[in-house]
Amino acid sequence: MIKKITRRNFLQGVGLSAGGLTLGMQFSVANAATIEDKSFAPDVFVSIADNGQVTIISHRSEMGQGIRSSLPLLVADELEADWNRVTVEQGLGDTKYGSQNTDGSRSVRKNYIKLKQAGATARTMLQQAAAKIWSVPVSEVTIYNHQAKHKSKGMLDFKDLVKVAATLDVPSKDNLTLKTEAQHRYVGKDNMSLLDGKDIVTGRAMYGFDTELPGMKYAVIARPPVVYGKVKSYDDSETLKVPGVIKTVELPALTPPVMFKMLGGVAVIAENTWAAIKGREALKIVWEHGKNASYSTHDHEAVFIKALDDPKETPRVRGDFDAVKKTAHQIISADYHVAGLAHATMEPPAATAQIDGDIVNVWACTQTPQGAQQNVMGTLQMAKEDMANIKINVTLLGGGFGRKSKPDFVAEAAFLAKQTGLPIKVQWTREDEIKHGYYHSPSYQKLEATLDENNAVTGWYHAMVNHPIMSTFNPMAKTAGMVDLGLGDVMYDIPNIKIALGETETFMRIGWVRSVTNINNVFAAGSFTDELASARKLNPKDNLLQLIGKDQHVDLNKDKYAYSNYGENIKDYPADTARLKKVIELVAEKSGWDAKSQKNGLPKGHGIGIAAHRSFLSYVAIVVVVSTEGNKVKIEDIHMAADIGKVVNPDRVRSQLEGAAMFGASIAFYGEVTAKDGVVEQNNFNDYQLVRMHQIPKIHTYLVDSDEKPTGIGEPGVPPFAPALCNALFNATGERYRRLPLKSLTLV
Amino acid sequence: MIKLTINGKLTELDVADDMPLLWALRDVAKLTGSKYGCGKGLCGACTVHIDGQASRACITPMSYAQGKNITTIEGFSDDGEHALQQAWQKFNVAQCGYCQPGQIMSAAGLLKNNPNPSDADIDQAMSGNICRCGTYPRIREAIHHAAKTLSGEKS
Ligand code: FES
Ligand code: FES
Repeated sequence: MIKKITRRNFLQGVGLSAGGLTLGMQFSVANAATIEDKSFAPDVFVSIADNGQVTIISHRSEMGQGIRSSLPLLVADELEADWNRVTVEQGLGDTKYGSQNTDGSRSVRKNYIKLKQAGATARTMLQQAAAKIWSVPVSEVTIYNHQAKHKSKGMLDFKDLVKVAATLDVPSKDNLTLKTEAQHRYVGKDNMSLLDGKDIVTGRAMYGFDTELPGMKYAVIARPPVVYGKVKSYDDSETLKVPGVIKTVELPALTPPVMFKMLGGVAVIAENTWAAIKGREALKIVWEHGKNASYSTHDHEAVFIKALDDPKETPRVRGDFDAVKKTAHQIISADYHVAGLAHATMEPPAATAQIDGDIVNVWACTQTPQGAQQNVMGTLQMAKEDMANIKINVTLLGGGFGRKSKPDFVAEAAFLAKQTGLPIKVQWTREDEIKHGYYHSPSYQKLEATLDENNAVTGWYHAMVNHPIMSTFNPMAKTAGMVDLGLGDVMYDIPNIKIALGETETFMRIGWVRSVTNINNVFAAGSFTDELASARKLNPKDNLLQLIGKDQHVDLNKDKYAYSNYGENIKDYPADTARLKKVIELVAEKSGWDAKSQKNGLPKGHGIGIAAHRSFLSYVAIVVVVSTEGNKVKIEDIHMAADIGKVVNPDRVRSQLEGAAMFGASIAFYGEVTAKDGVVEQNNFNDYQLVRMHQIPKIHTYLVDSDEKPTGIGEPGVPPFAPALCNALFNATGERYRRLPLKSLTLV
Repeated sequence: MIKLTINGKLTELDVADDMPLLWALRDVAKLTGSKYGCGKGLCGACTVHIDGQASRACITPMSYAQGKNITTIEGFSDDGEHALQQAWQKFNVAQCGYCQPGQIMSAAGLLKNNPNPSDADIDQAMSGNICRCGTYPRIREAIHHAAKTLSGEKS
């Protein structure tokens, strides 16, 4: 294993131990050892100090996906740096890095070439510097592992080269020679240790919850139980009696649209978290709940189902589904439901803000430091020119899953710091996180397929209705608008396809949760595909491969369909049926599908299921084996195959797949957020449950050795899990499970 | 003033009797390695050792912790050299890492009582610790590995 020796002093307990430290120094708390000496800095992502120590900027947020252990490898590899002489520094929020928005499984996709170029720029200049020092042609100098070499001149360390290199012109990106995959020493290797691995196991890793500043106070907030609710009046006399409570501060009420604005309510500022929590319990607040108090998830089901039968938009139409339905030999139809979901990041949202004259210093577990910067600017009504005065230090994130790309909590910290003139840490309790989320919407779906007399599938209909994410930005939005994400982008070679959307109003904050509406769309489509296998009396894998059909790049921009392709041109990142079939075949082979899916291929009560999907431009297929006894279910085996193009850090790709399976299992068995009278009913891990250790077997992961452009893996492992599981349940029991969570079953 | 021993050091903390040990450790003693996940004893993120037993700091009032010997992840070993911490790194267990101090402290509690646990023993001892990122299979592997290392050291 290649181990990274980190030389980082953490500001653990700044107030106690680092008395000499001034806050103006802009340390990232997550990674405090900023190397000030940047003698040679040819690119915003890389610099080298006089002693040869290389600093690489990680500009994306680390939330468990391993980005800090992945992106810097690209720079270090091209640079030919000795990994033990590299310091990784977390970049502040700054547009000079390009987008820092860490979501959409795109950090590697968007930065692969850019970061290789950064490393190659520095390497090329060091090579030129050595040639200059030795007075030899550049072509005679090689760079390897922090050293320049020449056959007769000998060796020079990077530290001997930085001064001269710093005087050279930065070469144009077009003139760089990048390493080939075969030349990589770190990229694509399976033996890289985690950058923060040691800090994590020693408790030194610093998350948003862990920021400590001299004089800092702790805040918890009583937020309106109903979105757009207001404080009518409040009495804090009991609160102020709680020892340690300093004061209360009312936050401005939320006005439409939701965006990433503060929810409002009353903050309790205290000397410690416990006093703040007790102070909050003692508050007497009279709320004006507003019109969303009329919403109950249970009652809204009827509205959803009505909307599903009367869709308002048909964003993809191929052939004429309605016509083929009239003459079909057989029509198969099924309805599916997935409940609302919370992110339940292990670390709830937290942010610390400190105002120092014109400067606003923030430390936050944010997925989007630039978004946080803008949000703070708006909250504090600062001028756009002063944006650079808002310093967003990105801590480690104790999970993100999309929650921490909504910087409402950062706005709260900035607002309270401004109001009180004190450094303030806002911490969300678990109850706050569950009750005031940006939820994955509950959804209802209808699928229909038509078969001809030869059992060929001639038509596919998929209608969906949910509370759209767009409602967070535009209160008038009533349909999902964006129809991709496993709904419109079905890759089946079926002559008649109709995709439809129903509409409804929204009463909660809706946001994106890891893999977004792929969660519900692929649960429905992947389950229904299996239902077609039964109707057609085909093995589920053969049925799946047949529906995908011949090798082709599916032109998803046909069929009157404005397909976004995750923001990429479909010519550059085609919807490639060969790649989808390949992951299916790979997972089938490795899991022993062919034998196990035969009649009596598994012991009685056991079942095997398969599902596959392309999302975020990556291809994943999953096989799940279950055993059942009455209403008890045990997951016996999980196999996952992925094609994500070129792989930067295979171990982190595998860990993302493993994590995705467990994320999927939690959705399948437990995930359900409901509201009554506009108030979320769940509270904590007792009633918003997650899978636990005993419920999860070893997970087998397989990566396709691919030369395609690199794509992401943070999300694509999630969507196929639930359908693969439910297909396995059908195989075991003969029952179809069309509603998640699986309330009638107990996972053991 | 409440007196207790934290990571071998006799410590006096000026905190309320009913303050959970977790907040005293984090906010007052400035030891932020023990994490908040639920505050209700449901997730194990706050696990520390109290007189050698793995315990949930978030539901342990200071009145109970008084006079006790507390070990947190910071004091669990010198510089992460314990076999569990080594195994955690060998298997690259962590994803976000937030739950891992609690996982390690629970695992240490298990190995103390059961130096050679089976999968089922591990599952049972660790099922109070949630990992939202999904690192359970690697945790299981790492505990087996550490158990082997530790029994090798002894024999
Ligand atoms: S924080 Fe103590 S068990 Fe969850
Ligand atoms: S590693 Fe993220 S919660 Fe366990």
